Amino acid sequence: MADTQEIITGLFPKATFEEGDILTVVIDDSQWHDLAKALRDTPELSYDFLVTIVGMDWVEKLGCIYYLTSTKYNKRIAVKISTADRENPALTSVADLWHIAGIYEREVYDFFGIVFLGNPDMRRLFLSIDWKGFPLRKDYDASPEVNPVPQDNERQSDFTNVYSRAEDGKIECRQERVFEENDFVVNIGPQHPATHGVLRFRTAVDGETIKKIDVYMGYIHRGVEKICESLTYPQTLHFMDRLDYFSAHPYHHGLCLAIEEAAGIEISRRAKVIRVMMDELSRIASHCLFIGTFCMDLGATTMLFYALRVREQILDIMDKTCGARMTFNYECVGGVMQDLAPDFVNDVKALLAVIPKNLKEYDKLFTGNVITKNRMEGVGVLSRENAISWGVTGPSGRASGWACDVRKTNPYSIYGELEFDEVVRSEGDSMARFKVRMDEIAQSARILEQLVDNIPDGEYCVKVPKVIKLPAGHWFRTVEGCRGTFGVYLESDGTTNPYRLKLVTPSLPAAAVVDSLTRGGKIADLITIGGSLDYIVPDIDR
Amino acid sequence: MFDFSLFTNWIHTTLSSLMPEWLTITTECVLIGVALLLTYSLLALFYIYFERKVCAAFQCRLGPNRVGPMGLLQSFADMFKMLIKEIIYLNHTDKFLFALAPYLVILASMLAFAVLPWGNGLQVIDFNIGIFFLIAVSSIGVLGILLAGWSSNNKFTLIGALRSGAQMVSYELSIGLSVLTMVCFAGSMSVGDIVEAQSGLWFIFSGHIPAIIAFIIYLIAGTAETNRGPFDLPEAESELTAGYHTEYSGIHFGFFYLAEYLNLFIVSGVATLLFFGGWMPLHFPGWDGFNAIMDYIPSVVWFIAKAIAISFVIIWFKWTFPRLRIDQMLALEWKYLLPINLFNLVLMVLVVVYGIHF
Amino acid sequence: MEVTTKSMPYEAWKDNEYIESLVKELQDNGTNVIVGSFDKLINWGRSNSIWPLTFATSCCGIEFVSLGAARYDMARFGWEVARSSPRQADFIMVAGTIVHRMAPVLRRLYDQLAEPKYVIACGACAVSGGPFKKSYHVVMGVDKIIPVDVYLPGCPPRPEAMIYAIMQLSRKIKVEKFFGGVNRQESQKEFLAKHPIADVED
Repeated sequence: MADTQEIITGLFPKATFEEGDILTVVIDDSQWHDLAKALRDTPELSYDFLVTIVGMDWVEKLGCIYYLTSTKYNKRIAVKISTADRENPALTSVADLWHIAGIYEREVYDFFGIVFLGNPDMRRLFLSIDWKGFPLRKDYDASPEVNPVPQDNERQSDFTNVYSRAEDGKIECRQERVFEENDFVVNIGPQHPATHGVLRFRTAVDGETIKKIDVYMGYIHRGVEKICESLTYPQTLHFMDRLDYFSAHPYHHGLCLAIEEAAGIEISRRAKVIRVMMDELSRIASHCLFIGTFCMDLGATTMLFYALRVREQILDIMDKTCGARMTFNYECVGGVMQDLAPDFVNDVKALLAVIPKNLKEYDKLFTGNVITKNRMEGVGVLSRENAISWGVTGPSGRASGWACDVRKTNPYSIYGELEFDEVVRSEGDSMARFKVRMDEIAQSARILEQLVDNIPDGEYCVKVPKVIKLPAGHWFRTVEGCRGTFGVYLESDGTTNPYRLKLVTPSLPAAAVVDSLTRGGKIADLITIGGSLDYIVPDIDR
Repeated sequence: MFDFSLFTNWIHTTLSSLMPEWLTITTECVLIGVALLLTYSLLALFYIYFERKVCAAFQCRLGPNRVGPMGLLQSFADMFKMLIKEIIYLNHTDKFLFALAPYLVILASMLAFAVLPWGNGLQVIDFNIGIFFLIAVSSIGVLGILLAGWSSNNKFTLIGALRSGAQMVSYELSIGLSVLTMVCFAGSMSVGDIVEAQSGLWFIFSGHIPAIIAFIIYLIAGTAETNRGPFDLPEAESELTAGYHTEYSGIHFGFFYLAEYLNLFIVSGVATLLFFGGWMPLHFPGWDGFNAIMDYIPSVVWFIAKAIAISFVIIWFKWTFPRLRIDQMLALEWKYLLPINLFNLVLMVLVVVYGIHF
Repeated sequence: MEVTTKSMPYEAWKDNEYIESLVKELQDNGTNVIVGSFDKLINWGRSNSIWPLTFATSCCGIEFVSLGAARYDMARFGWEVARSSPRQADFIMVAGTIVHRMAPVLRRLYDQLAEPKYVIACGACAVSGGPFKKSYHVVMGVDKIIPVDVYLPGCPPRPEAMIYAIMQLSRKIKVEKFFGGVNRQESQKEFLAKHPIADVED
């Protein structure tokens, strides 16, 4: 950490540092772009992965916190920039350095109204053009009269906005066409069977060939981050079930870790083991459903039913212990809500017995098929550099050769003691993404095998205060969800409610990368690529 | 083997004795029409039920079992509902063509029924270019699909229709060539003659290698002709919502729905005719006892059972394979099936010329 | 007249005041024998063939997939013909949260459905906004946009509950009249007039 600080001070003497859980650099906006370039390109630093941009409203000023990770040295750094202008806030864009920055900046603009100068596409991301106000600002007027349920079809623009600073310091807006004038634009979604929910692709096609895709999100934007600011910490937990409903357990785990770290709660080993087992069970269930829906998208409907059999079996296990099939709300601050059901161990053993057989069956039915190979191999190749630049984590990132499994890079809970392999493939195509998930099921089963007979006795939930108050400060935790790195940024001002809760989900980059992967492909490739990236729409929109 | 021509001739003589000739012919036409329509709708309903049950069995499910015994009335309920469901006409479309398209599709499959050999002597018309007629009328269907896609004024349907056009026109070639191979072997284009020629042994056995190759190609191309998985690109659910019939509702959609299954039957029926002896029972030269037993099964049962068995295989394809991409589908036809087919035709000619068949 | 389902002999199943009131309305109006039996035939067809629209926005949609899978197998009732095109579907299962941006889309989908059309509000979000009651972007119940026939609580409802809801819908269809009488189209029009969404004239 000291080295990084020295290097940065050498290059940018004006930068100041804040001590926290990780090194935080505070810098003026005018130097931010240069600093970002230095952070990314200096070989000793090489912070090449932009984890997230957290938009912040500190009342007296607006700003952003950039979380960067070096994939080479496995280090993390935070950079804080801010502006005091609340009327026309503007910051410098880094969309030219990281692909994903363009999307994250749009998100910040949507929520806080901060304009990023130089971003080639500064439209709202989740909310419609006519939305009044910026919802995550503290002075946002949430009354339904300001933004009533729309009575008309949504107005849409064929132009993007590009902001830049003119000579006299004023901010200028220039409009650019999204598509060329005579493009044949097909609207795929929001109600379409292949978009896995309500995502919308405006697709310019030339015959069957895709020229460009403009992704529209926000058809299930529920404003979770804003709601959380008015709830107590235990209340915020239950929204984690409803983001990526397949990785409900890992997401809970992530937020619990952040709250426990902030509150200084140490949980029992039994609770840790239970949490890890639940995580891995949901990973298997999630990947099974991925296999099913992906094959269904490709036209092999029957595979869905085969894959769902294992999922049902896992849901039964969950049902017995957690009392629900999907939205469990099982992990809580201090441990888990309930003790394990008496049949748990036997059920897991029964599950472990069938998984290898099922994997073999899927392989036989689907992977080896000539049509499958032709449809998937070499389709939607994502290189390692692009995967990092787009921030595509999880199985999709690992299929591109990027070892980004948080369970290995930053082991949390008891993952450090467990034996399992990180599945990494180098091809980066749809087939690799499919195979990585197949192999990960086996690895998760391996973890379960190690734990199922070794669940220690003890209390499943330690005593925590009835009212949880966190000290003022901020924390950032990442865990490995079923679809990739899930991050929680938690800022507290010392009360019972979070001041800001930012959820970093893996599906947003996965949806954002679709455009660059599908260009030049066929319409059918869009379905293959979209399916193989395995995004969950409520996880994108939050 | 009961000859149904005795029965039809009896009807003809009875009617002729009662009324003048023109009225006889008119009455017979009406009777045949009604009989065909009935068979048509019953078969379609049966096929819908059959597919749903078969698909359920492949997917470890039960399938329809609540409506009527074993769910047998399920497709009747569906039909009732579809008949009285609202038909939506769109603004800014060519309403005449929009309404015409489903009828064209259904007409194409209706006409093909005329030459299918239902049983011994049970055939609407047996003329010397029967097979030729069959291929000709089955091509009308693609016209209906193209019209449907174009007249709906919708981008999805347009893409679906174009895909369908490309697909049907390409695979028509394969069907034509494999049929030609078998016609070459049979030495006749008349449906009756082709069936008669198989009284000793079915063509798939007597024609050995070239016939088997032709059958496999026919089966692939036939699946493509009926727009069924893995060739269901024109209505690829996950890509184009419902393809060319996205904008159709009520009974117009019902026509497309029925025609899909009827085309399945026709393709299987033609395969039965060309490779499995039409209504001809399973005969092996020399096995007289076996042949005699086989003769006890009525010819209608033979034909329909064989057709359904082949349909089962095609349904099996659909629920097993993923869908092809458009370029792969065209490559399969033009780069593989067509050359193999041409080679196979030459092989068949050699087999016929040198008489090296059973 | 009592609306029964052959496979459901339970008392609790028959206890539904809403359907009883519909039946009463039917009986008060009276009907002629021929029309009545036609109605019965039509209703038999309609109530046994309800095809869903493939429509899902979030968690409930996944339970809807489970409903189609081997364990719950909605194909038994003939509901498995999920159509992706609204023109060919009979009912929308509004499975999941509807937000402001989605509201006009949902309304348009509803308008695109061919008569007779039904709506099931599936899950807490679709019924009332559910856990997102405080949100700035969530529509507090789909009955603000489209008329709802069956409300199905749960977050998400279990597949068994979904079967129950669709069976209730099927019961409701059984007491309809095709020729006059209890006219749901009028009440639909009334609703839509009260909740206008402008059509785009293009």
